Amino acid sequence: MTETILKVEQISLAFGGVKALTDVSFEVNRGAVFSIIGPNGAGKTSMLNSISGRYRPQRGSIHFDGQDVTHMRPNDRADLGIGRTFQNLALFGHMSVLDNIMVGRHHLMKNNWLTGPLYWVSPAQKEELSHRRHVEEIIDFLDISHVRKSVAGTLSYGLRKRVELARAIALNPKLILLDEPMAGMNLEEKEDMARYILDLNEEFGITVVMIEHDMGVVMDISHEVMVLDFGKRLICGLPDEVMADEHVRQAYLGLEDNEQLKEVV
Amino acid sequence: MSSLAMRPCGDFRTSYKADNTIFETSTIRLVTIMVIALACAAPLVLDGYFLTLFIQISYLGIAALGLNILVGFTGQISLGHGAFFGFGAFASAWLNTSFNIPVVFCIPLAGFLTMAVGMMFGMPAARIKGLYLAIATLAAQFIIQDFFGRAEWFSGGASGAMAAPVNLFGFEFDTDLSFYFIALFALVFMYIWGCNLMRSRDGRAFVAVRDHYLSAEIMGVKLNKYRLLSFGISSFYAGIGGALYAHYLGYVSAEGFTIFMSIQFLAMVIIGGLGSVKGTLMGVVFMVLLPEVLESMVGLMNYTPWGDIPMVTDGLAYIKEMAIGLVIILFLIFEPQGLAHRWGQIKNYWKCYPFAY
Repeated sequence: MTETILKVEQISLAFGGVKALTDVSFEVNRGAVFSIIGPNGAGKTSMLNSISGRYRPQRGSIHFDGQDVTHMRPNDRADLGIGRTFQNLALFGHMSVLDNIMVGRHHLMKNNWLTGPLYWVSPAQKEELSHRRHVEEIIDFLDISHVRKSVAGTLSYGLRKRVELARAIALNPKLILLDEPMAGMNLEEKEDMARYILDLNEEFGITVVMIEHDMGVVMDISHEVMVLDFGKRLICGLPDEVMADEHVRQAYLGLEDNEQLKEVV
Repeated sequence: MSSLAMRPCGDFRTSYKADNTIFETSTIRLVTIMVIALACAAPLVLDGYFLTLFIQISYLGIAALGLNILVGFTGQISLGHGAFFGFGAFASAWLNTSFNIPVVFCIPLAGFLTMAVGMMFGMPAARIKGLYLAIATLAAQFIIQDFFGRAEWFSGGASGAMAAPVNLFGFEFDTDLSFYFIALFALVFMYIWGCNLMRSRDGRAFVAVRDHYLSAEIMGVKLNKYRLLSFGISSFYAGIGGALYAHYLGYVSAEGFTIFMSIQFLAMVIIGGLGSVKGTLMGVVFMVLLPEVLESMVGLMNYTPWGDIPMVTDGLAYIKEMAIGLVIILFLIFEPQGLAHRWGQIKNYWKCYPFAY
């Protein structure tokens, strides 16, 4: 049961003379937790942006769920089931948490500017309430019910990260892209976040592609790890294989021998 | 868009439906209904002068809400709103006289026609933002104004266009009193429409585009569609407001729909509060009543020991303009979030009174 959900082939992305990605290929199996690691500026976020449609790679192709999405607009990719969170928070700052998450349901809703305002006599109210029910389940799952009505911009960093995750889950994605979900969190928050990621992977069956710097977390929860360095793929494989690789240690981990490595993990 | 974290005690919501209301509390709903009921009964005690003011508030209020949807909720800008308002006025008169469509249908039709025009001029919004968009919409203002002057088949050219009064089941709404009810109905209807829009799918998409357009697109919101639609809805409101204006006055001429009017609309939404439906109405009431209050204050000077100061009475027209300018500047400095925000603060203060903490 190793069906491929995301297939990235020979992606090259350059900004003028800066080559962000060079001939990167990889495949993600359905239901996997796939981590991308690498030093700063290695092209990890560029990779995620290419998958979510923010950037258009000059060469190569991206297939999602059997469909070529290389030239699709980001909103069409969301319709197909690609959700994501951002490294630097990108919530709708002046909206309430609830509305933020409801925006995630946007592509699943039907009512428009004519039927929406006729709230009581059109299907709008019914639709609104049924999606609200779903959103409340997500709120419950991520334990953010106490801030449901707060304005998103006023929340603490850790909570905002969680709201962003909730918004991405609300899309009903098949694939979720997480850009450093644990950056800037303390140990407890990290543990919570790791638990949420595992839960949404195992219970909701969402495939996860994640960028993360915390090696402990990456090695613990990922099924597969890819290492990028200077826009090139160094290695892709099981966490243990990757850790054992000499190039990875030189490029990223910066460790001299296996003794030091054992201390870290 | 009720994002009030603090609720009065005892106000428990037991269903999502109850939690999704326009009104934050049942008291606010009750007060709103009572205000509307009072407004219905107001002509019994108010004379024609106040009715005129109210009618003015209602057609300007409808148009201003449109601009707030564009500027406050979607985060774009338009300097051509006055022209769209005028287009609605002419369009309704033109539909009525040229095609003999009853006025009641002309008003919404004029709204849709203005919407089409607004979307045409809103197309640059797909590409440009901020100051550049402001200049692009400035072009709309001048092109449409020029169109009014040249297209005699549409606007009657320099001589203007006649607009028949609203006629419903043989009853002519041609007096201040009768039109007052049309204006009241339109105002309430369009504001409820606006409130409902902002709590349903497309309204949320507008705010999402304003707050973070990149992540809005990643969340599945079609950026260009919503940027354009926002122009469309804003012009739709302007068109409805303009049409009401036309059928109230009975005569439309192109002189009024200048850039000054567009800026006045902007001033209304900024004073009222960007991104607030009820703030829009506050801003409009403020802007309409300000010159009237100034005038009556000057009139009251006769009763003071200083008596009538000729310099003030003669220069009243200029003083009014200056006062409006001054007020806008003061608002931008002291209350950039508008009257709606100030109102919220006053309410919060009294909520906990006398226990401020």
